[in-house]
Amino acid sequence: MGGTFTLFPSQGSTLAGRVDNLYFFMLAVTLFFTVLVAALVVVLALKYRRKQADQVGANIHGSTALEVIWTAIPLLIAMVMFVWGTNVYFALAKPPAEAMEVYIIGKRWMWKAQHLTGHREINQLHVPIGRPVKLLISSEDVIHSYYIPAFRQKMDAVPGKTTTMWFEATKPGEYQLFCAEYCGTQHSGMIGKVIAMEPRAYQQWLAAGAPAGTLTSNGEQEFTTLGCVTCHREDGKGRGPSLVGVFGKSQALADGSSVHVDEAYLRESILNPQAKMVPNYQPIMPTYQGQISEDALVSLIAYIKSLEKPGAAPAGAAGTHEAAPAAGTH
Amino acid sequence: MHDVRTEPAPSASQAPTTPEVHYINATHGAMSWFFTKDHKRIALLYLYAVSAFFLVGGIFAMLIRLELATPRGDLLTAETYNKVFTAHGVVMVFFFLIPVVPTILGNFLVPIMIGAKDLAFPRLNLASWYVYMAGGLFGVAALVSGGVDTGWTFYTPYSTAASNTHVVLTGLGAFIAGFSSIFTGINFIVTIHTMRAPGMTWDRLPLFIWSHYAASLIMILGTPVVAVTLLMVVLERTLGLGFFNPALGGDPVLYQHLFWFYSHPAVYIMVLPAMGVISELVSAFSRKPVFGYKMVAIASLGIALVGFLVWGHHMFTTSQSVLAAMVFSILSFLVAIPSAIKVFNWTATLYRGSVELASPMLYALGFIGLFTIGGLTGLFLAAIGLDIHVHDTYFVVAHFHYVMVGGTVTAYLGGLHFWWPKMTGKLYSEGWAKVAAVLVFVGFNLTFFPQFVLGYLGMPRRYHAYPVEELSWQVLNILSSAGASILGIGFLLPAFYLTYSALKGQPAGPNPWGAYGLEWETTSPPPTANFEVTPIVTKPAYYYAPEEH
Ligand code: HEM
Ligand SMILES: [Cu+2]
Repeated sequence: MGGTFTLFPSQGSTLAGRVDNLYFFMLAVTLFFTVLVAALVVVLALKYRRKQADQVGANIHGSTALEVIWTAIPLLIAMVMFVWGTNVYFALAKPPAEAMEVYIIGKRWMWKAQHLTGHREINQLHVPIGRPVKLLISSEDVIHSYYIPAFRQKMDAVPGKTTTMWFEATKPGEYQLFCAEYCGTQHSGMIGKVIAMEPRAYQQWLAAGAPAGTLTSNGEQEFTTLGCVTCHREDGKGRGPSLVGVFGKSQALADGSSVHVDEAYLRESILNPQAKMVPNYQPIMPTYQGQISEDALVSLIAYIKSLEKPGAAPAGAAGTHEAAPAAGTH
Repeated sequence: MHDVRTEPAPSASQAPTTPEVHYINATHGAMSWFFTKDHKRIALLYLYAVSAFFLVGGIFAMLIRLELATPRGDLLTAETYNKVFTAHGVVMVFFFLIPVVPTILGNFLVPIMIGAKDLAFPRLNLASWYVYMAGGLFGVAALVSGGVDTGWTFYTPYSTAASNTHVVLTGLGAFIAGFSSIFTGINFIVTIHTMRAPGMTWDRLPLFIWSHYAASLIMILGTPVVAVTLLMVVLERTLGLGFFNPALGGDPVLYQHLFWFYSHPAVYIMVLPAMGVISELVSAFSRKPVFGYKMVAIASLGIALVGFLVWGHHMFTTSQSVLAAMVFSILSFLVAIPSAIKVFNWTATLYRGSVELASPMLYALGFIGLFTIGGLTGLFLAAIGLDIHVHDTYFVVAHFHYVMVGGTVTAYLGGLHFWWPKMTGKLYSEGWAKVAAVLVFVGFNLTFFPQFVLGYLGMPRRYHAYPVEELSWQVLNILSSAGASILGIGFLLPAFYLTYSALKGQPAGPNPWGAYGLEWETTSPPPTANFEVTPIVTKPAYYYAPEEH
């Protein structure tokens, strides 16, 4: 045994307080109705206790007025909860545009984190406080779930998908990190720490373990090694479309529809290139399903995201990279 | 207040007696039981089988609680622990909770309550027991050959691509048991439609019948979906078909949609019949009609139908679109309303009643309290912003135990006590029964209430060990484990005094509670044909006193 005894989790993120307020509201409603029902049951059961063996109750069938009231009031309260809960959910689900990005890969039984700076960590995540952090989460094998109770945030890591989650830590400290989706034998061992640091300390941490390459430069290497570069030439004269500046834009497709270029689309195009074809190109790209590790995939996606049109002002979605820790990753 | 006799009070000279010939002793020998077509005997066959599974599931529960009393995984290995909670979940859900009320109480009472001689398809009824046993056999085979570690939800791709335990056997077991459920549902629906006694109009049906009707709809509409889903898992594992495997173009989340499309309504297969039991108990022990009979009946159907539209609330953290999350959230709030209505109706039924706090009534009142907490905490999970934090933590474990154990199991125990004299013709020890009811209530709350706190503190479910530095987690887990021992005693006691009563109990007479309903107009135990002459119904349900004018 050890540690401190508490019946309430610490609040480590900007949104934790908002989640807790909703929790307290619902707790109050629950308490009120539970006490009300319990009191009514006890009082009525005692007050109308059977006095003689053959006594019967009053022949009351119901009351429309009462039924309307006790349908309407719970409905009203439920709708308040719905609106409030949805409101909090919007905040939890939508990362701010300027958030710095970290890639997370779940794998039995560990959490790998890849920073754009090229820093890699296992079962740890160092983040600065006072700055929104967006996690791009994927899985190498089965479904996992990235869960930081102190931040009141959680998101599944689903194989074949990239999911996102965000938070902004408010206090320096170490916070528990769990896997919340059952994933096999060592599920309960798939835990770690999120280490929130003062920005200055964070910069020192970055400097202390400076890796050889950044995530995007690793991605660039993969891009060359895997031969992507032979077709996806920057000048657009290759047998595949140029990937410069496509991220965050809308891409017209051969079947007449269009798609928003996000992480999911990039992932799909690498693993299953024939699924959504760009017009005027032959379906000649090989599928990389099973040929490429989740790590390489993540760095490729990060690299493609970083490709800017030369001279284009970093604006809109593309601006997110500029906010990333090591400026000048490309 | 009226003082109308419901039946002549028994005087010493006319003490209740047991009829000479009844369904239990009408024929003899093992074969007369294993080939019986009598719904009452089949109900007893189910009683033995389902109780055995409950015991097995309970032993696994105790193992889970023992392991979690310390933060370190020191009692079982991680692998064994995972198999134990999977076995606990599979056994409790597929072989106890889903069948318990419909196959035991429903089988026994549905025909009697509507004045019929038997169910519409007696052979199908017997077949459904054999199918259930066959499914159970597969489950047991999976257990003894090494178990399965996927959790009772069999999430892909863990179950299809990663686990090397007996997923196929277990999946087939649940698949087969599903057919038993479908058979029972069909039987109930046809029986209720076609075999009601003269005068038993739809608006005179006991609420027990209404709730079984609603649950049967789910059984026949939903069960095929889970059957197909489990089959897909089996096919993917054995033949490598890639429905749920992204590497083969499948989608792991598709599995969750299919699974919860059945398994969420399945919660209502468990809880609706339980609600039917509670309506009967509250009315009988207040000796007055259920307040708002019509609304309660309609609410049952409403819950059954809307219950099909909320499955997505199990997937709020699975990268669901924001719009889908909102729709599933609001629908989940809406489905909670009919349940709230029922709680108020039962409570209001007590008003100006003639309330007797006999043991079945203690269970019923306990149910109202536990179900209220279970239902209200469901709202926490329906509120998306809050669900993100508590999803897949012990908060959820606490919530569904309040609904399913607090709801289904206490209602079942209350109903079993209430109709036990009818089923066996014997009276049990009321003193012991009250002790057991109180132990269940206290033990239950001590077991599961701390789990709400644990969940909000962030303890994920399905954890074999937890961080030592979380001191409060250990304290709460110890409380929970202590409660589980009390609860366990509360569950075991009835096995003893009920068995004892069946052998040595006093004769009960046709209507020991002075309750109203066709089942109390025949002998205890009833004859094979249920009634000596087909009853003719002339009064509404719960007619304890003449109409006031
Ligand atoms: C003494 C009584 C009981 C105790 C102490 C107990 C304990 C537990 C615990 C600790 C878990 C969580 C396993 C996990 O998520 O790691 C669990 C899961 C579960 N329990 Fe119970 N339980 C009890 C009774 C019951 C009963 C009576 C039922 C059904 C009638 C039931 C149905 C379930 C189900 C369906 C699960 C989900 C299994 C899963 O997550 O895979 N439990 N129980
Ligand atoms: Cu995991």
